[in-house]
Amino acid sequence: MVGHGIVTAFGEKPIFRPGDRVRVLERQPIGHYRVPTYLRGKRGAVEQVIEPAAVDNEEEGFGRNAGSKLHYYRIAIPLTEIWPDYTGAARDGLYIEVFETWLEKA
Amino acid sequence: MESPDHEHEQAGHDHGDHTHPHDEVGRQDKPGYYDVLETAVRELLIEKKYFGADEIRRQIEVLDSRNPALGARVVARAWVDAGFRARLLANGRAACEEFGISFYDDTQLIVMENTQAVHNLIVCTLCSCYPRPVLGLPPDWYKAKPYRARAVIEPRKVLAEFGTIIPDDVEVRVHDSTAMVRYMVLPRRPDGTEAYSEEELAALVTRDTMIGVVPARIENGSTVQ
Repeated sequence: MVGHGIVTAFGEKPIFRPGDRVRVLERQPIGHYRVPTYLRGKRGAVEQVIEPAAVDNEEEGFGRNAGSKLHYYRIAIPLTEIWPDYTGAARDGLYIEVFETWLEKA
Repeated sequence: MESPDHEHEQAGHDHGDHTHPHDEVGRQDKPGYYDVLETAVRELLIEKKYFGADEIRRQIEVLDSRNPALGARVVARAWVDAGFRARLLANGRAACEEFGISFYDDTQLIVMENTQAVHNLIVCTLCSCYPRPVLGLPPDWYKAKPYRARAVIEPRKVLAEFGTIIPDDVEVRVHDSTAMVRYMVLPRRPDGTEAYSEEELAALVTRDTMIGVVPARIENGSTVQ
């Protein structure tokens, strides 16, 4: 039976699923970071797991592929969560893919 | 030092049917900081054999061969072929490849469908990420800071400035394509185009409809969000 007893490598399986509530980490490292500052610390939900897993392009930007791959997750964040004084419709949202190392369960 | 005009004549340049004097064709001002930086990095990369000059030249040809007409043909096919539309929404890249549009790198494409309930808008707040294999180079305003900043802060006002009023009961989804994936909008097929051929439909699909700043519409006809 496929899957029975199969051990997967670290990072091989996505750790979040569509619908999971997540928070973008509030780190401020120095370097080429693709997680926009305006989204750090904001809460949203996973819309989609981007397959296949990919190298961390922030590391790749420095010529370091860092070996193992992880997933990107396309997440949805309400615009009212990002901008408290947002005046558009309440359901308007921001959609963006974020690398696994930048997300935690919310 | 000789004047440019004098050099011009000596070079035996054929003016054809015009005889008026004009400035030297091409840039005359000194290269700027980023021009010098680009040249230095390019020459270093060639010297270190990461790639050759011919590969750079070829890649420019590759990019120049892409333009919004390709995306328009993809959209028109999706409008007339439900199976293709489903494949396009499931995997944008694979559907475009099936259509003969090659992707020259590892970038995936996600196609977002505009509906009566949802309007999609594409931006790259970081710089200029854009579905180049399908649409070619992005317009200048797409790369300019005002669009990049305001599209995620006040998308409805930005859309209104493009002449696109989104009703309050329609959800606006802004896609910030800063990381791995590129995005393209599948606009709504305009009402009244039931009898249009695929080619006629493709003619209604402009670059801006696939970025999501305007709807596709029949000229002088009704518009849909």
